[in-house]
Amino acid sequence: MIIKDAPIVLETKGMTKRFPGVLANDHVDLKLHKGEILALLGENGAGKSTLMNMIYGLYHPDEGEIWIKGEKVRLNDPGDAIARGVGMVHQHFQLVPVMTVAENVMLGAEITRGLYLDQRTAVTKVHELSMQYGLEVDPTAVIEDLPVGTQQRVEIIKALYRNADILILDEPTAVLTPQEAHELFRIMNDLTEQGVSIIFITHKLKEVLAVADRVGVLRGGKYVGTADPKTATEASLAELMVGRKVILQVDKAKAQPGEPVLKVSDLVVKDDRDQIAVDGLSLEVHAGEILGVAGVQGNGQREFVEALTGLRPVVSGKAVIAGQDITHAPPRTITELGVAHIPEDREKHGLVMPYTLADNMVLNRYYQKPYANGIILNQEKIDQDGAALVEKYDVRTPSVYTPASSLSGGNKQKVIVAREFSREMKLLIANQPTRGIDVGSIEFIHNQIVAQRDEGVAVLLVSAELDEVLGLADRVAVIFDGRIVKTLSIAEATRERVGLLMAGSDA
Amino acid sequence: MSEQSVEEGNGRSSSWLRRIWNTTSVPVGAVLLAALIGAAILAISGANPLDAYAALIKGSFGDSAAVGRTLEKATPLIFSGLAVAFAFKAGLFNIGAQGQLLVGAIVAAYVGFSIEGLPAIIHAPLALIAGAAAGAIYGAFPGALKTYTGANEVITTIMLNYVAINLTDYLADGPWKDTTPGNVVARTPKIFDSAAIPFVGDIPIGFFIALLMAVITWWLLYKTTIGFEIRTVGLNPHAAKYAGIKVAFTVILTMTLSGLLAGMGGSIETQGIVGRYQPGFNANLGFDGITVALLGKTHPFGVIPAALLIGAMKAGSSQMQFSADVAKEITDVIMAFILFFVAADMIIRWILRTRAAEGEKITLSTGWGK
Repeated sequence: MIIKDAPIVLETKGMTKRFPGVLANDHVDLKLHKGEILALLGENGAGKSTLMNMIYGLYHPDEGEIWIKGEKVRLNDPGDAIARGVGMVHQHFQLVPVMTVAENVMLGAEITRGLYLDQRTAVTKVHELSMQYGLEVDPTAVIEDLPVGTQQRVEIIKALYRNADILILDEPTAVLTPQEAHELFRIMNDLTEQGVSIIFITHKLKEVLAVADRVGVLRGGKYVGTADPKTATEASLAELMVGRKVILQVDKAKAQPGEPVLKVSDLVVKDDRDQIAVDGLSLEVHAGEILGVAGVQGNGQREFVEALTGLRPVVSGKAVIAGQDITHAPPRTITELGVAHIPEDREKHGLVMPYTLADNMVLNRYYQKPYANGIILNQEKIDQDGAALVEKYDVRTPSVYTPASSLSGGNKQKVIVAREFSREMKLLIANQPTRGIDVGSIEFIHNQIVAQRDEGVAVLLVSAELDEVLGLADRVAVIFDGRIVKTLSIAEATRERVGLLMAGSDA
Repeated sequence: MSEQSVEEGNGRSSSWLRRIWNTTSVPVGAVLLAALIGAAILAISGANPLDAYAALIKGSFGDSAAVGRTLEKATPLIFSGLAVAFAFKAGLFNIGAQGQLLVGAIVAAYVGFSIEGLPAIIHAPLALIAGAAAGAIYGAFPGALKTYTGANEVITTIMLNYVAINLTDYLADGPWKDTTPGNVVARTPKIFDSAAIPFVGDIPIGFFIALLMAVITWWLLYKTTIGFEIRTVGLNPHAAKYAGIKVAFTVILTMTLSGLLAGMGGSIETQGIVGRYQPGFNANLGFDGITVALLGKTHPFGVIPAALLIGAMKAGSSQMQFSADVAKEITDVIMAFILFFVAADMIIRWILRTRAAEGEKITLSTGWGK
């Protein structure tokens, strides 16, 4: 594509946004050409979302100008942005689950005939749009029945329906399976061929290299450079993003496995819909090794981990940790046995958002000495130790009294890691420990996990990222349909072989 | 959108004043706006609003008797307000403070009139504790129903209010009826003096007990592990479970303690004000607790000024009717508007232009309508 010659459709000049204590955007100059995919790369907290929210009219810049299609604009609210052809797909979809695709698309821009909604025209228009841009979706389907990837397509159609030709996608792949992500990239290419310009926010380097025409990098609120994906490498992008060399490959010595710490035999667990999700699963994790559980999401990983940590009842089978039967034990018993748990959904299970970091750091030991004396909390000690952990685990926060809700994803995860790793542990259960967080934090968390292994902790790592499993694990167990279909040593575990096993074929 | 709300956290001290303003601006604004609307209504109906409000203030704070009356009215409201606010912290909406208060009031009365010859130092606390315990049990019930059957506490506590009203009506007109010759009214006998909670001058001692309970409630919520558990359950039950907190137990415990506070309010009303249980004398004290709790931002220390304000309006309304010739129901209208504006806090924020800075999340109440 000859992007350089294409006209500039969007430009920001000297965009600056301050929040109390934080300079979120510091004179950011950004250019978007017609028909290009500009990847906006940056760590969590680098200011990507703030910049996008200003372009979408959600925030107002303290300084700076926004130019859209050669015209200097003032955006008071998203309505102004939409009127100028800017569409945004947020990370958390803004769809009404019980309504149909067509209803969601026309929501706020309803076609009416007198007092009546003109559903038929809406359906036709959605159908036309989906044909034109190759966004396959049934206009009459109800949102909640659709997979996440399709819901995202509905969001894109929603923007196109409002005649958007500048599309902002905020971490669109964070919620997608690899296949869905691939499909999204195809759609993005189709869109740009028809003249749509896309800003693609992400921190996944592979994706940037795969799909972007140009890469802009933000760091600490500043625009630090533009890269050409044809010549850039993952390492060079990571360095630009973090501001120092980043080791993408975890450097670790050979494992020295000891006694088995976790023994699971024939475990059966049901999911929320009362269907069997874990179906006779057996595995062992030894002290001083990392067992990686690889598998496509939805093969029982979540239910397995929840059962192990006491959050979900076990139907049958047995789980033993450090010699103690915990099959039906409550979460606290398991925690007190020396089990650390990085939960899959950090915001749902791992943190209490309005609580301060200090309070979150003691979420599962607030009742123990020295944090409590009888029933009386020792807030001073809680705050003091919390501050020490913030320091030690490099949590980027204004203070330890900051509510968890104001931290970026990577820093939220660091709070959980700090809490879980700072107490005596024998077994670490880490479920998707680095999902949706930036490379700097990933590197940090991976190193922490390996350090724990070297201390003799048994690690059960569950991850949908095959790279993560292959990079960290000493042994790889492949989960399919609620069962471990094969356990391989890391030497045997080639990408192809594990991939085939994950797909259910017996390799 | 990871960095949208960075401005919330700036340490504990730096934005201290701003935080006070942020938490009090809505209640204060709501009260002023409601008073303004009340004035408009008064003016339309031909009265002089200034005279009416002057009489209202005179009737509630004009002299020491008026202050005493205000404190007397505020005392049960502190209890019911604390009860509602406390349950709120666990994400529970206890609409049953009314029922718990009635049960507490009649049980305190029973202990007060049925046991003779105890010294006051034993009898009065005994009746108080009995009423509190009755309220606690009555509150535990919907807590247990929620835990074991999933029944929504909003529904069950509303229903249990009716049960309490009818049960106390029956007791006061049946087995526990005042059999003094000539009595035809449904009411219990008068409690013995040994069970009464007296006044110091014009000030009811019950008011100090209410203040003490507010401090204890605050202490329990913010300084103990029990409070940590309750607040965690209220803010994120999933994380509470992950943290090893027994969510079911916490829900029952919270409702029990909430009922205890309401029941204690009933006891004090019986022992300190009415002197017996008589149906209708405690009408709405529990429901007004919802207004008080919301106006007080569901904080134990917010409940006190809120209860004093509502108490003052109740205390002064008779004086207003008397000297300004205005129907005392106007205070109910004002109270209703206060509740309305506290609930619809966006209106106040818009008027005061304290539209919380971009990105800040506004939560009046966790747990509404869950």
